[in-house]
Amino acid sequence: MAHECHCETIDCQTPAGNEQAPSPDRREWVKGMAAVAAGLMAAGCTDQASVDAFLQKHFRELSKSELQEVLERLEKQYSEQYGKDVEVKATPAKEGVNFGYALDISRCIGCRRCVYACVGENNQSRDPQVHWITVLEMDKEHGVSLEHADAYYDGEQVPREGKFYFPVACQQCSNPPCCKVCPVNATYPDQDGIVVIDYDWCIGCRCCMSACPYGARRFNWSDPSIPSDEMNPDTEYLGNRPRPKGVVEKCTFCLQRTRQGLYPKCVEACPVGARKFGNLLDPKSEIRYILENKRVFILKEELKTMPKFYYYYGL
Amino acid sequence: MKSFVTFVLGSMRTVFRGSPAYFAWIGLLVLLIIQGIGAYCTQATEGLIVTNMRDSVSWAFYIGNFTFLVGVAAAAVMLVIPAYIYDWKPIKEVVVFGEILAVSAVIMCLLFVVVDMGHPERFWHLMPFVGKVNFPSSLLAWDALVLNAYLGLNLVVATYIVYCAFNGKHYNPQIVVPLVIFSIPMAISIHTVTAFLYNGMASRPYWNSAILAPRFLASAFCSGPAILLILFQVLRKVTKFEIKDEALHKIAELMAYAMGFNLFLTAAEIFKEYYSDTQHLVHIQYLFGGVHGEHSPIALYGWASLLLGIFAFLLFLVPATRRNPVTMNAGALMIYASVYIEKGIALIIPGYTPDTLGQIYEYVPSITELRISAGVFGVGFLALTLMIKVAVHAMFIPHAEHAEHEGASHDTPQVAPPEAAAKPA
Repeated sequence: MAHECHCETIDCQTPAGNEQAPSPDRREWVKGMAAVAAGLMAAGCTDQASVDAFLQKHFRELSKSELQEVLERLEKQYSEQYGKDVEVKATPAKEGVNFGYALDISRCIGCRRCVYACVGENNQSRDPQVHWITVLEMDKEHGVSLEHADAYYDGEQVPREGKFYFPVACQQCSNPPCCKVCPVNATYPDQDGIVVIDYDWCIGCRCCMSACPYGARRFNWSDPSIPSDEMNPDTEYLGNRPRPKGVVEKCTFCLQRTRQGLYPKCVEACPVGARKFGNLLDPKSEIRYILENKRVFILKEELKTMPKFYYYYGL
Repeated sequence: MKSFVTFVLGSMRTVFRGSPAYFAWIGLLVLLIIQGIGAYCTQATEGLIVTNMRDSVSWAFYIGNFTFLVGVAAAAVMLVIPAYIYDWKPIKEVVVFGEILAVSAVIMCLLFVVVDMGHPERFWHLMPFVGKVNFPSSLLAWDALVLNAYLGLNLVVATYIVYCAFNGKHYNPQIVVPLVIFSIPMAISIHTVTAFLYNGMASRPYWNSAILAPRFLASAFCSGPAILLILFQVLRKVTKFEIKDEALHKIAELMAYAMGFNLFLTAAEIFKEYYSDTQHLVHIQYLFGGVHGEHSPIALYGWASLLLGIFAFLLFLVPATRRNPVTMNAGALMIYASVYIEKGIALIIPGYTPDTLGQIYEYVPSITELRISAGVFGVGFLALTLMIKVAVHAMFIPHAEHAEHEGASHDTPQVAPPEAAAKPA
């Protein structure tokens, strides 16, 4: 199966944390802004951490030492904020891995345990509530039809008579329209096929939210609130670290777990085993077994987004 | 260089002089701006949660205003074509006022984008060479580029012409004519690129229509001239600016054709959706009525925009009513309102309702959104007023009354402009 990256406009080959010589314009700009910042600091208007954050480069243009500085600054900031030791890693994608997901619609009971497991694992805001997974309740008589879908059903009463359930999250497209429209390359597909977001580079224009055909992207309309005791301190820069307000976030296939060889949290949380995950490039993986032995479909195939999120009927 | 300093200082003096009505108008605009800054401070602290935008409807009133004003900016300069073809005589003035309106509109466009951003302080990520611009695939990157280029171009040309007039010299046509000619395709391009921003999103069937860019241009050619039509009459009354009635009637006639074409394209869109009767029809149903038996909160706006457009089209199509000053001005206001509602509400909101997963979030602008938008309009109208004041002073006050441009000292007494020139719009 050919599951290589299909994006034509985004340079997928640049690994994170490589040493790149900055352009002369960039150097001049940083120098100029640093001078302004020095003036502001002298006047007591700002501090070193804010200046560093403002001048921080795009994730893929950070040198190893710059990346280290950024991670340490973020760890310090989050540890102070949440009163516990927070780790921020930047684990690169593994070679020879392209992640895929499969969801068994005939098993899903709409309990939303995946939704809340995801909220906890990925440090989503509790107030206002941010959910990366939307579970839709659909009518059996209409089949899979978004026109007859309800995202606001009562989760205490499931599964209801005549209904079935259809969870949707980021489909991790191979041809992602969100990355195409992003004006600053803040979101892009990583080597292992996960579409990631550099929260410190995103300008909050929300083009990606308009472009996404799956309603998968969430904007931080206000400062996210996470109770300190529930905050997951095991974080990744491109994954589940706490987000600032004014940036876009979405499902990352739990890259803080999956890049360490674990399942995404939603797969573990599902009480009926409706969720499957694995490496599409590994012929012996569970995901490949499903593609081989079940008949799968993808959502909105006519848009040629080429999702790596497959739906199937296992029963 | 020295004469340019004189021009700047002379212009500064001009804007600080005027009748009580002029200062009342400026005061009103300043108040609008101050309350807008107040509302923006709340938004900057609390986040965009103070707007009524949410994940389902992620762009709304700000971006609608932005879109409308890109049209105004484009059409203001495109009016140079008929002014040249039909020989409206004061072509220089039509160019200058058109470009000043374009500059004010682009300033508002850029401000509307800034107030919509989650992180405006990261603007430099979007700057070529300094940031990391997703060029050429992101239409917003294109839009930022062409809008800034268009702003620069119009600012330079308008300033140069006014500066020459201030010094009693004739501008160099070898510089001005090519730049003005170049600004016409630029005007078309800014609105086309803005249309493509929506048009290119396959996820939103309501926008993913090939006639979106032509509709944008047709509606812009209604709203931009509507403003100029009223502005020209005001200037004709209070300054020495001369424009023949025939020219005004010709503008109204051209607006009728543009509105007719706009209505035709809208009808083509409506036909396609209703006749093919697919799931995509739901967005137009939301605009004009509602879906799932619920009444849509924007249906009123949908109908108001359509009916105002049709009514104004008829007024401007009939020669008698487009020549009558009362019906002409009423028609211009109606066209302005029709296109403003169309771009501000009817274009954006139904595109998101229902959203890509079929869910409905009922959006109407919040008070904060209205306040910030009013503030942005305050900035735009202030820029427009001050620039027009300077231009009128330079172009219509005899040269002898200007400060001596060569060797003038800063405290040279400035002859106050005649009362007529100082009256506000």
